Amino acid sequence: MTNQGAGDAFVLFERVQKSYDGETLVVKDLNLSIGKGEFLTMLGPSGSGKTTCLMMLAGFETATHGEIKLAGRPINNIPPHKRGIGMVFQNYALFPHMTIAENLAFPLEVRNMGKSEREEKVKRALDMVQMGTFGGRRPAQLSGGQQQRVALARALVFEPELVLMDEPLGALDKQLREHMQFEIKRIADGLGITVVYVTHDQTEALTMSDRVAVFNDGKIQQLAPPDVLYEEPENSFVAQFIGENNTLEGVVKEINNGVALVELDDGELIDCKPVNVSKPGERTRVSIRPERVEMNKARLQPGAHTLKAEVLEFIYMGDIFRTRLRVAGNEEFVVKTRNAPDQRRMQPGEQIEIGWLPTDCRALDA
Amino acid sequence: MSETTHSGPMLAADGMPLKRSLARALRRQKLRALALVAPLLIFVLLTFVTPIVSMLWRSVENQIVPETLPNTIVALQNWDPTAGELPGEDVYAAFATDLVAAVDAKIHTKLGTRLNYEMPGISSLFRSTGRDVKKWNLETDGPFKEKFIESDKDWGDIDVWKTFKRYSGNYTSGYFLNAVDMENTATGVQLRPEDQRIYATLFIRTMWMSLLITGSCLLLGYPVAWILANLRASTANVLMILVLLPFWTSLLVRTSAWKVLLQQQGVINDLLVWVGLVDDGNRLVMINNQFGTIIAMTHILLPFMILPLYSVMKTVPPSYLRAAKSLGATNWTAFWRVYFPQSVPGIGAGSILVFILAIGYYITPELVGGTQGVFISNRIAFHISTSLNWGLAAALGTILLAAVLLLYYVYDKIVGIDNVKLG
Repeated sequence: MTNQGAGDAFVLFERVQKSYDGETLVVKDLNLSIGKGEFLTMLGPSGSGKTTCLMMLAGFETATHGEIKLAGRPINNIPPHKRGIGMVFQNYALFPHMTIAENLAFPLEVRNMGKSEREEKVKRALDMVQMGTFGGRRPAQLSGGQQQRVALARALVFEPELVLMDEPLGALDKQLREHMQFEIKRIADGLGITVVYVTHDQTEALTMSDRVAVFNDGKIQQLAPPDVLYEEPENSFVAQFIGENNTLEGVVKEINNGVALVELDDGELIDCKPVNVSKPGERTRVSIRPERVEMNKARLQPGAHTLKAEVLEFIYMGDIFRTRLRVAGNEEFVVKTRNAPDQRRMQPGEQIEIGWLPTDCRALDA
Repeated sequence: MSETTHSGPMLAADGMPLKRSLARALRRQKLRALALVAPLLIFVLLTFVTPIVSMLWRSVENQIVPETLPNTIVALQNWDPTAGELPGEDVYAAFATDLVAAVDAKIHTKLGTRLNYEMPGISSLFRSTGRDVKKWNLETDGPFKEKFIESDKDWGDIDVWKTFKRYSGNYTSGYFLNAVDMENTATGVQLRPEDQRIYATLFIRTMWMSLLITGSCLLLGYPVAWILANLRASTANVLMILVLLPFWTSLLVRTSAWKVLLQQQGVINDLLVWVGLVDDGNRLVMINNQFGTIIAMTHILLPFMILPLYSVMKTVPPSYLRAAKSLGATNWTAFWRVYFPQSVPGIGAGSILVFILAIGYYITPELVGGTQGVFISNRIAFHISTSLNWGLAAALGTILLAAVLLLYYVYDKIVGIDNVKLG
């Protein structure tokens, strides 16, 4: 777990625990530091504790144990309205009885800002999300994407340094979601604000974040930039949760010079990169990304080792081909190949040979 | 699909206009829907619309006078009541004819009762003379003017005949005038003497106390509804049963329970005396007055306020309050600016419900209202079952109905009836 520069962290979770019923911990001993201007995403399946962490930071839940610091100041006992943290909610939470402009003016009004200054800021915030002409409408008259923009503008209009977003794009359709991802990223970078973003959509997390904290079972499983997370998952959960992943189960035979020899369950021996296996005899899950598997023998690089496989299914997906294989007893082994002119389309039942580089396959915990 | 290039109505595949084709296709569905609601529709027509129409009718109907005294009415047309002289023999003779017929049909006492509402004393006049008239011979016993005055000297009172003439039409405004403490006297429409005015006071008291009851229901019910709407579902259900529990207890039992609690030798007074807050000789009077009525009715009508409030509050997501707080609003500002406006439809629905139930309430004011805490409905019930003046009861009821409709209209103008939600 990285904990870079805890001294100058903007947001700091120190040994934070949370329990709702006094019997089970929803958040277990969380340590996390977020730098100023960073875009950090909390990613995880539902019930993994990520939203609870966000709510503790916003002040809507109290930590059962531990301390949360904002800009060096403990905020455990500061009520939400004094924290000055902007927040975008999953269902937008735009006040239905106010117009868009009134919604945006609300945080400025409760800060006793003058009318002219208020109008000026509201206008600027609306222009920023390209909703300048919608000030007089009611939330119900806007589409989901427009409401999302307004919710974003409202969370930013009072110029908070930290903005929390709780699955803000969950209700949008795919195309709009992708568009909004870039838009949020652009605005956040432009304003230099710190963003803590909660999502269960790994594509969203990879696209937008500076760093991603993968949550499971109340713990951070891995905290890393998106590329590291994808290419060097530290355990089976992260490998499975981020992107598509092939798993082969086996037992570690020996570990030498950073290479682990694994005997798969059908007796096949392969070389892997040991990640969190330590000694021979341990059970392991070997993880290989579908796009790192080569089905064309001519293109195999030196040092790659090969395995026999049977084609079970071939799916044409436009830009890629998705081929499901039986490899070492695993019938869910997927290979993704680019739709190139020389790429053959496999037929179910074909017996082929596949291969990969030992550095692309990682031996993880079982 | 028909061609869209030609002008004129869109045609279905068989050349029939599309609209007619659609109507035909939907006719079966409409008939079935109508058949399904028919039992309720008939029930409502019979038990709701008909009584209301009949009530409206009774409040102005006066046919008993022209039907019982047809000849007298004709004869009275030539009589000038302002001249200050009794009508001539022709009127008395016509009246004798009508009265003999009425006595034979045994409806003269009914007419007496009817006219007694307008001029006290006429009822007994009819009853006593009715006995004498049986012995009269219409052919030979004239002149009747003397015979009537001989039978009862009040037949020589010009006011009796003025009343006959004034109430000779098929319809009358008499009941309505009576219902607003006015009367149609020889000198025109005017307010009744001060000691006979009761209905205006009762109407105002009914409205005012209903408003108080609605207000106290809102004050007590709002926090309860809020707690119910924000608790976990399992806990909320248990509490909801407590709210609904009074519904399962008889209204009479609940009202009587308040008698036990509030009376001068009751639980609360005993407690206060025991604690020493109240002197034994000066026990508080909390029942058989307006206070008792307000307490008991607030208790009884409270669920009608809580339920619509609860179902509206249930639809307000908690994230609104959180959003407001994250934007910098204090708890109070967040509640007042964000939550409260969204609960207004529930307040509207609950208040209308409680208010309308309250102004028509009868049993509780009757039991705990004493003389100062009774409502207009108690007076209506009195006229329906005791004084049997149904016309006046109908007029009072009609005024009450009109008042409710008027308030409903005002509410619609101020708040908007779309702004009422039961959930």
